[in-house]
Amino acid sequence: MEELKDNLKAAIIEALNLEDVNAADIDNDEPLFGGGLGLDSIDALELIVLLEKNYGLKIENPEEGREIFQSINTIAAFIERNKK
Amino acid sequence: MKLHIQAHSRITPISAYAHGELVLNNKENLTFNLFGKELYRYLTVQYPKFFKMDELCQLAFLGTELLTSHIDHWDGEKVAIVLGNKSSSLSSDKRHYDSIADKNNYFPSPAVFVYTLPNIMLGELCIRHKITGENTCFLMEKLDAEFMHTYVKHLFEVELYQYCITGFVDYSDNDYVAELYLVSSQNDTDTPLSQNFDKNFNQIIF
Repeated sequence: MEELKDNLKAAIIEALNLEDVNAADIDNDEPLFGGGLGLDSIDALELIVLLEKNYGLKIENPEEGREIFQSINTIAAFIERNKK
Repeated sequence: MKLHIQAHSRITPISAYAHGELVLNNKENLTFNLFGKELYRYLTVQYPKFFKMDELCQLAFLGTELLTSHIDHWDGEKVAIVLGNKSSSLSSDKRHYDSIADKNNYFPSPAVFVYTLPNIMLGELCIRHKITGENTCFLMEKLDAEFMHTYVKHLFEVELYQYCITGFVDYSDNDYVAELYLVSSQNDTDTPLSQNFDKNFNQIIF
Protein backbone atom coordinates (compact mmCIF):
# COMPACT_ATOMS: atom_id res chain seq x y z
CA MET A 1 0.00 0.00 0.00
CA GLU A 2 2.83 2.44 0.82
CA GLU A 3 4.44 1.71 -2.54
CA LEU A 4 1.12 2.39 -4.25
CA LYS A 5 0.85 5.75 -2.46
CA ASP A 6 4.39 6.73 -3.41
CA ASN A 7 3.72 5.81 -7.04
CA LEU A 8 0.50 7.80 -6.95
CA LYS A 9 2.23 10.89 -5.66
CA ALA A 10 4.91 10.68 -8.35
CA ALA A 11 2.26 10.20 -11.06
CA ILE A 12 0.18 13.12 -9.78
CA ILE A 13 3.18 15.45 -9.60
CA GLU A 14 4.08 14.59 -13.18
CA ALA A 15 0.54 14.64 -14.61
CA LEU A 16 -0.42 17.91 -12.95
CA ASN A 17 2.91 19.68 -13.56
CA LEU A 18 3.37 20.43 -9.88
CA GLU A 19 6.69 22.22 -10.20
CA ASP A 20 8.67 22.56 -6.98
CA VAL A 21 6.55 19.89 -5.24
CA ASN A 22 8.19 16.65 -4.09
CA ALA A 23 6.42 13.44 -3.13
CA ALA A 24 7.59 13.98 0.45
CA ASP A 25 5.74 17.33 0.50
CA ILE A 26 2.36 15.61 0.13
CA ASP A 27 0.92 14.05 3.27
CA ASN A 28 -1.21 10.98 2.68
CA ASP A 29 -4.12 12.56 4.56
CA GLU A 30 -3.72 16.07 3.14
CA PRO A 31 -6.75 17.37 1.19
CA LEU A 32 -5.77 17.46 -2.49
CA PHE A 33 -8.27 20.20 -3.29
CA GLY A 34 -8.66 23.43 -1.38
CA GLY A 35 -5.28 22.89 0.23
CA GLY A 36 -1.71 23.88 -0.37
CA LEU A 37 -1.40 22.12 -3.71
CA GLY A 38 -3.81 24.58 -5.31
CA LEU A 39 -5.50 22.03 -7.55
CA ASP A 40 -8.44 23.12 -9.70
CA SER A 41 -11.26 21.54 -11.70
CA ILE A 42 -9.02 20.78 -14.69
CA ASP A 43 -6.70 18.92 -12.32
CA ALA A 44 -9.68 16.86 -11.15
CA LEU A 45 -10.37 15.84 -14.76
CA GLU A 46 -6.70 15.05 -15.21
CA LEU A 47 -6.82 12.77 -12.14
CA ILE A 48 -9.77 10.89 -13.65
CA VAL A 49 -7.69 10.31 -16.80
CA LEU A 50 -4.70 9.26 -14.69
CA LEU A 51 -6.72 6.59 -12.87
CA GLU A 52 -8.03 5.21 -16.14
CA LYS A 53 -4.70 5.31 -17.92
CA ASN A 54 -2.49 3.96 -15.13
CA TYR A 55 -4.91 1.68 -13.27
CA GLY A 56 -7.71 0.93 -15.76
CA LEU A 57 -10.30 2.42 -13.38
CA LYS A 58 -13.17 4.56 -14.60
CA ILE A 59 -15.05 7.09 -12.52
CA GLU A 60 -18.43 7.68 -14.08
CA ASN A 61 -20.11 9.61 -11.29
CA PRO A 62 -18.67 13.07 -10.42
CA GLU A 63 -20.03 12.79 -6.87
CA GLU A 64 -18.05 9.59 -6.45
CA GLY A 65 -14.94 11.45 -7.66
CA ARG A 66 -15.35 14.07 -4.96
CA GLU A 67 -14.89 11.40 -2.28
CA ILE A 68 -12.22 9.42 -4.08
CA PHE A 69 -9.99 12.45 -4.67
CA GLN A 70 -10.02 13.72 -1.10
CA SER A 71 -6.47 12.60 -0.41
CA ILE A 72 -3.75 10.17 -1.44
CA ASN A 73 -5.16 7.73 1.15
CA THR A 74 -8.66 7.79 -0.38
CA ILE A 75 -7.36 7.36 -3.94
CA ALA A 76 -5.13 4.47 -2.88
CA ALA A 77 -8.07 2.84 -1.07
CA PHE A 78 -10.22 3.19 -4.19
CA ILE A 79 -7.52 1.54 -6.32
CA GLU A 80 -7.10 -1.28 -3.82
CA ARG A 81 -10.87 -1.89 -3.66
CA ASN A 82 -11.27 -2.00 -7.42
CA LYS A 83 -8.08 -3.54 -8.72
CA LYS A 84 -8.63 -6.45 -11.07
CA MET B 1 -7.00 61.62 -27.78
CA LYS B 2 -3.27 61.33 -27.22
CA LEU B 3 -2.04 57.84 -26.46
CA HIS B 4 1.33 56.87 -25.05
CA ILE B 5 3.40 53.72 -25.00
CA GLN B 6 4.31 53.34 -21.35
CA ALA B 7 6.22 50.08 -21.54
CA HIS B 8 7.51 47.50 -23.98
CA SER B 9 8.74 43.93 -23.76
CA ARG B 10 10.19 41.50 -26.24
CA ILE B 11 10.99 37.82 -25.78
CA THR B 12 12.60 35.70 -28.50
CA PRO B 13 14.68 32.49 -28.44
CA ILE B 14 17.73 34.75 -28.10
CA SER B 15 16.79 37.03 -25.21
CA ALA B 16 14.22 38.87 -23.14
CA TYR B 17 14.09 42.66 -23.14
CA ALA B 18 12.05 45.17 -21.15
CA HIS B 19 11.81 48.77 -22.37
CA GLY B 20 14.86 48.27 -24.58
CA GLU B 21 17.04 46.91 -21.79
CA LEU B 22 18.31 43.36 -21.70
CA VAL B 23 16.71 41.31 -18.93
CA LEU B 24 17.99 37.85 -19.72
CA ASN B 25 20.14 36.37 -22.48
CA ASN B 26 19.58 32.83 -23.70
CA LYS B 27 23.31 32.24 -23.99
CA GLU B 28 22.99 28.50 -23.75
CA ASN B 29 20.37 28.35 -26.48
CA LEU B 30 17.88 26.67 -24.15
CA THR B 31 14.54 25.45 -25.45
CA PHE B 32 11.60 27.66 -24.51
CA ASN B 33 10.59 25.17 -21.86
CA LEU B 34 13.87 25.85 -20.02
CA PHE B 35 14.43 29.48 -21.00
CA GLY B 36 10.87 30.35 -19.99
CA LYS B 37 11.35 28.74 -16.57
CA GLU B 38 14.66 30.55 -16.15
CA LEU B 39 13.00 33.87 -16.93
CA TYR B 40 10.09 33.06 -14.60
CA ARG B 41 12.51 32.39 -11.75
CA TYR B 42 14.62 35.42 -12.63
CA LEU B 43 11.53 37.59 -12.29
CA THR B 44 10.83 35.98 -8.87
CA VAL B 45 7.19 35.49 -9.74
CA GLN B 46 5.05 33.35 -7.44
CA TYR B 47 2.33 31.91 -9.64
CA PRO B 48 2.32 28.06 -9.68
CA LYS B 49 -0.32 27.99 -12.42
CA PHE B 50 2.42 29.19 -14.79
CA PHE B 51 3.75 25.63 -14.93
CA LYS B 52 0.39 24.28 -16.06
CA MET B 53 0.11 26.67 -19.01
CA ASP B 54 1.07 25.79 -22.54
CA GLU B 55 4.01 27.55 -24.18
CA LEU B 56 1.91 30.25 -25.87
CA CYS B 57 0.33 31.23 -22.56
CA GLN B 58 3.65 31.08 -20.72
CA LEU B 59 5.18 33.35 -23.35
CA ALA B 60 2.35 35.88 -23.09
CA PHE B 61 2.47 35.63 -19.30
CA LEU B 62 6.21 36.38 -19.12
CA GLY B 63 5.96 39.22 -21.65
CA THR B 64 3.17 40.80 -19.63
CA GLU B 65 5.11 40.44 -16.37
CA LEU B 66 7.95 42.42 -17.97
CA LEU B 67 5.48 44.94 -19.35
CA THR B 68 3.53 45.72 -16.21
CA SER B 69 6.15 45.56 -13.45
CA HIS B 70 5.77 49.32 -12.83
CA ILE B 71 2.00 49.08 -12.29
CA ASP B 72 0.99 48.75 -8.63
CA HIS B 73 -2.74 48.81 -9.18
CA TRP B 74 -5.21 49.40 -11.96
CA ASP B 75 -8.93 49.26 -12.46
CA GLY B 76 -9.30 46.02 -14.42
CA GLU B 77 -12.50 47.24 -16.06
CA LYS B 78 -10.50 49.96 -17.77
CA VAL B 79 -7.84 47.67 -19.18
CA ALA B 80 -8.09 45.91 -22.54
CA ILE B 81 -5.94 43.31 -24.29
CA VAL B 82 -5.66 43.24 -28.07
CA LEU B 83 -3.11 40.80 -29.43
CA GLY B 84 -2.04 39.39 -32.76
CA ASN B 85 -0.96 35.81 -33.31
CA LYS B 86 0.08 33.76 -36.34
CA SER B 87 0.17 30.09 -35.33
CA SER B 88 -2.92 30.06 -33.14
CA SER B 89 -2.56 27.29 -30.52
CA LEU B 90 -0.92 24.91 -33.00
CA SER B 91 1.58 23.52 -30.52
CA SER B 92 -1.15 22.46 -28.08
CA ASP B 93 -3.38 21.35 -30.96
CA LYS B 94 -0.67 18.93 -32.08
CA ARG B 95 -0.11 17.70 -28.54
CA HIS B 96 -3.82 17.05 -28.17
CA TYR B 97 -3.97 15.29 -31.53
CA ASP B 98 -1.08 13.02 -30.53
CA SER B 99 -3.03 11.95 -27.45
CA ILE B 100 -6.06 10.88 -29.49
CA ALA B 101 -4.45 9.62 -32.71
CA ASP B 102 -4.13 6.03 -31.49
CA LYS B 103 -7.54 4.50 -30.80
CA ASN B 104 -5.93 1.83 -28.67
CA ASN B 105 -4.17 4.38 -26.53
CA TYR B 106 -6.83 7.08 -26.41
CA PHE B 107 -6.24 9.32 -23.42
CA PRO B 108 -6.93 12.97 -24.25
CA SER B 109 -5.57 15.21 -21.54
CA PRO B 110 -8.00 17.86 -20.23
CA ALA B 111 -5.05 19.99 -19.19
CA VAL B 112 -3.78 20.02 -22.79
CA PHE B 113 -7.21 20.36 -24.40
CA VAL B 114 -8.06 23.56 -22.51
CA TYR B 115 -5.19 25.30 -24.28
CA THR B 116 -6.32 24.46 -27.81
CA LEU B 117 -7.47 28.03 -28.52
CA PRO B 118 -5.28 31.15 -28.72
CA ASN B 119 -7.92 33.11 -26.77
CA ILE B 120 -6.94 31.13 -23.69
CA MET B 121 -3.76 33.18 -23.41
CA LEU B 122 -5.96 36.25 -23.07
CA GLY B 123 -7.93 34.52 -20.33
CA GLU B 124 -4.76 33.64 -18.45
CA LEU B 125 -3.60 37.27 -18.62
CA CYS B 126 -7.01 38.50 -17.49
CA ILE B 127 -6.96 36.17 -14.48
CA ARG B 128 -3.41 37.08 -13.54
CA HIS B 129 -3.90 40.85 -13.84
CA LYS B 130 -7.61 41.04 -12.92
CA ILE B 131 -8.49 42.50 -16.31
CA THR B 132 -12.17 42.54 -17.24
CA GLY B 133 -12.10 44.88 -20.25
CA GLU B 134 -12.22 43.82 -23.87
CA ASN B 135 -9.87 41.01 -24.83
CA THR B 136 -9.38 40.06 -28.45
CA CYS B 137 -6.90 37.98 -30.40
CA PHE B 138 -6.53 38.51 -34.16
CA LEU B 139 -4.79 36.02 -36.40
CA MET B 140 -2.21 37.72 -38.62
CA GLU B 141 1.05 36.77 -40.35
CA LYS B 142 3.05 39.35 -38.42
CA LEU B 143 2.32 42.35 -36.24
CA ASP B 144 0.07 44.55 -38.35
CA ALA B 145 0.79 47.83 -36.57
CA GLU B 146 -1.52 49.96 -38.66
CA PHE B 147 -4.51 47.71 -38.03
CA MET B 148 -3.74 47.29 -34.34
CA HIS B 149 -3.26 51.02 -33.93
CA THR B 150 -6.64 51.72 -35.54
CA TYR B 151 -8.39 49.11 -33.40
CA VAL B 152 -6.76 50.10 -30.10
CA LYS B 153 -7.24 53.83 -30.73
CA HIS B 154 -10.93 53.22 -31.42
CA LEU B 155 -11.24 51.27 -28.16
CA PHE B 156 -9.82 54.15 -26.17
CA GLU B 157 -12.11 56.63 -27.91
CA VAL B 158 -15.39 54.78 -27.48
CA GLU B 159 -14.86 52.78 -24.29
CA LEU B 160 -12.72 55.17 -22.24
CA TYR B 161 -10.06 52.63 -21.39
CA GLN B 162 -7.02 53.67 -19.38
CA TYR B 163 -4.67 50.94 -20.53
CA CYS B 164 -4.38 48.43 -23.35
CA ILE B 165 -1.89 45.62 -23.68
CA THR B 166 -1.26 45.14 -27.37
CA GLY B 167 1.26 43.45 -29.61
CA PHE B 168 2.02 40.06 -31.08
CA VAL B 169 2.56 36.72 -29.33
CA ASP B 170 3.31 33.61 -31.32
CA TYR B 171 4.67 30.15 -30.53
CA SER B 172 5.24 27.27 -32.91
CA ASP B 173 7.64 24.38 -32.38
CA ASN B 174 10.09 26.33 -30.26
CA ASP B 175 10.08 29.28 -32.68
CA TYR B 176 8.56 32.14 -30.79
CA VAL B 177 8.17 35.84 -30.20
CA ALA B 178 6.31 37.97 -27.71
CA GLU B 179 6.38 41.66 -28.55
CA LEU B 180 4.14 43.64 -26.24
CA TYR B 181 3.29 47.29 -25.71
CA LEU B 182 1.45 48.90 -22.85
CA VAL B 183 -0.60 51.74 -24.31
CA SER B 184 -2.18 54.30 -22.02
CA SER B 185 -4.38 57.35 -22.17
CA GLN B 186 -2.83 58.50 -18.89
CA ASN B 187 0.12 60.81 -18.99
CA ASP B 188 1.65 59.21 -15.91
CA THR B 189 5.05 60.15 -14.64
CA ASP B 190 7.61 57.53 -13.64
CA THR B 191 6.77 55.17 -16.48
CA PRO B 192 9.54 53.16 -18.15
CA LEU B 193 8.74 54.78 -21.51
CA SER B 194 6.79 57.71 -22.82
CA GLN B 195 6.46 57.44 -26.57
CA ASN B 196 3.66 58.31 -28.93
CA PHE B 197 1.36 55.50 -29.95
CA ASP B 198 0.87 55.82 -33.69
CA LYS B 199 0.48 53.53 -36.69
CA ASN B 200 4.24 52.87 -36.71
CA PHE B 201 4.37 52.02 -33.04
CA ASN B 202 6.21 48.75 -33.68
CA GLN B 203 9.20 50.71 -35.04
CA ILE B 204 9.94 51.96 -31.55
CA ILE B 205 13.57 52.96 -31.13
CA PHE B 206 15.22 52.92 -27.73
